[in-house]
Amino acid sequence: MTTTPANDPPVSAWTTAPIVLRSTKAETPGVFTAEFEFKCEQDAARFASRPGQFNMLYCPGYGESAISLSRVCENSQRLVHTIRSVGDVTNRLARLKIGEIIGLRGPFGNGWPDFPDDLQHLIVVGGGIGLAPLRPVIEQFLASHMATRELTVLVGARSCEHLLFAGEYQSWRDSGATVIATVDRSAPEWKGEVGVVPALIDRLNIRDPAETQLFACGPEIMMSYSATAALDRDIPRDNIWFSMERHMNCAIGHCGRCQFGSHFICTSGPVFRYNDVQQLLTIHGL
Amino acid sequence: MTSPLFLPVAELPKLLARLLELGYKVIAPTIDQEAIVYSEIQSVEDLPRGWTDEQEPGHYRIKPTSNDRYFDYVVGPHSWKKYLFPPLQLISRAISGEEGWTFETCSDAPEQLAFLGVRACELAAMKIQDRVFLDGAYVDTGYQRRREGSFVIAVNCSVASPNCFCTSMNSGPRCKTGFDLALTELDDGMFVEVGSSRGQDVIEPLSLHAATTQHLNSAENLYARTVSQVSKHLNTDDLRNRLMSNLNDGKWDSVAERCLSCTNCTMVCPTCFCSHVSEVPSLDETVVERQRKWDSCFNLEFTAVHGTPVRNDVRSRYRQWLTHKLATWHDQFGESGCVGCGRCITWCPVGIDLTVEVNAICGGES
Repeated sequence: MTTTPANDPPVSAWTTAPIVLRSTKAETPGVFTAEFEFKCEQDAARFASRPGQFNMLYCPGYGESAISLSRVCENSQRLVHTIRSVGDVTNRLARLKIGEIIGLRGPFGNGWPDFPDDLQHLIVVGGGIGLAPLRPVIEQFLASHMATRELTVLVGARSCEHLLFAGEYQSWRDSGATVIATVDRSAPEWKGEVGVVPALIDRLNIRDPAETQLFACGPEIMMSYSATAALDRDIPRDNIWFSMERHMNCAIGHCGRCQFGSHFICTSGPVFRYNDVQQLLTIHGL
Repeated sequence: MTSPLFLPVAELPKLLARLLELGYKVIAPTIDQEAIVYSEIQSVEDLPRGWTDEQEPGHYRIKPTSNDRYFDYVVGPHSWKKYLFPPLQLISRAISGEEGWTFETCSDAPEQLAFLGVRACELAAMKIQDRVFLDGAYVDTGYQRRREGSFVIAVNCSVASPNCFCTSMNSGPRCKTGFDLALTELDDGMFVEVGSSRGQDVIEPLSLHAATTQHLNSAENLYARTVSQVSKHLNTDDLRNRLMSNLNDGKWDSVAERCLSCTNCTMVCPTCFCSHVSEVPSLDETVVERQRKWDSCFNLEFTAVHGTPVRNDVRSRYRQWLTHKLATWHDQFGESGCVGCGRCITWCPVGIDLTVEVNAICGGES
């Protein structure tokens, strides 16, 4: 199984498409989901993306920010991005008014690998905002694979109010998924798990580890320990995938900003096989 | 290609005139602010004839020579990268209108440039940047236009500086490919090699005589003498793996104590390609230009994610630069990112010599 190469590059990677904000939804403190539509209908096909890819969202005067797709709407004008307001650009995005126009370049990066034919069990591990690029995988899986295959979604957050997409867990369960959420700090109303995400992997029922895949996105330390826990459960190294984050500027492998060892995250990633980043993750300040 | 020709020294102006007549803007070494740099010339009088440079770690001076050669020096702080990958480039523009923002990509109309005086290490550097900007999934079309449009006249080095180590990097001092014309400056003129049909077209009307065996012998003697002057050496055997297996070595702390993280090495490096895009709004904020500018992995904010730099100390930034140049560049582009020109050593304000640091960090002195 290999990652699928990025879509054919657009005519110019610097081509910016106008997109219009249609709605916003507050998610967790500082995190919101924005739905955009392409201003020009024909752009939807040119900028079509797959789960795990990201777009550069552009606010003139502020700059661009690399934001992953938190829902992939095929054959649609809609674009769904879940954003944490943390810098100049993302704070500007948080202040956008409905109907306002911003720019978009993309999609960039490889995206999550295709599900292999013999897949039995998919384990999705999302920490904090890291669940955002995994939601399209969850939705794609639930739409087509539940009859014979198993999906486990493990979600971690600092506290229960930081659990992303918490309102959707029940519908994922209703569609057949196992969803377990855990928080670092409990609260009086919290009845769920307390502790780190990798500890949940130790307790999972994994019938056929060789046919199990693990997709993780979140803090690097969470991903690393999740991989260790998965290896302890006999999930093969090649079946473990991380989505990595570094500062992106050009998104086309020309600016050097997102370098991580031998990789430019923007073009070789953001999704990597665990084996390709395991050693690098042990080096501080790489 | 034709056999080598001989251009008498008095006829060098004819070559320049020919280029100007063909519409080329000729860029060549000139003296500015007590350094030999590259800029536009109108006549051979603009070349630093009778000058040479003196280089050591953290040291550069120009001084007159006792001869009247045109090219009796090595490389200065400039490289041809500033013409092919300009330090500042307009990428795109956002325009505010009644219906909100519209966006346009910008492309410049490149001038037709002739580069006179490109050294072997610089030819190698151009090929390395070609891999970055032309051979990946995304092509930098501006770079492509400028590269294809430029006419390259190489010059074989007649001297080497103490900071040169092109022989270690297999990039010089002899110019072998990648030029339209290559000159070797002899006592009474230029030994001329033609490297392309475009070069042939340019040189043909000058009706030069073929070079004699004596010219050829003189040129060969000059190549051998320059090679013998290269005193700096970098052991490149298994260098990628030697560096990558020493990423946690404590010796990175030693260089980090001296490195000022000033970015000089990356600015003078002919292969460094890091950049960032800045927002430049008009005063009334109705037009915002996006300008791509050279950047450096030594800048703290270069790796900032959510406002926090990943490479938060000089140690990690120097390590990133050195290991990218000499190790991970191989993984990404199939070759080293270093051509052994020595600029980073000369222009380091505290005289850090990467060949010395490599030996300190992972041994291999030979």
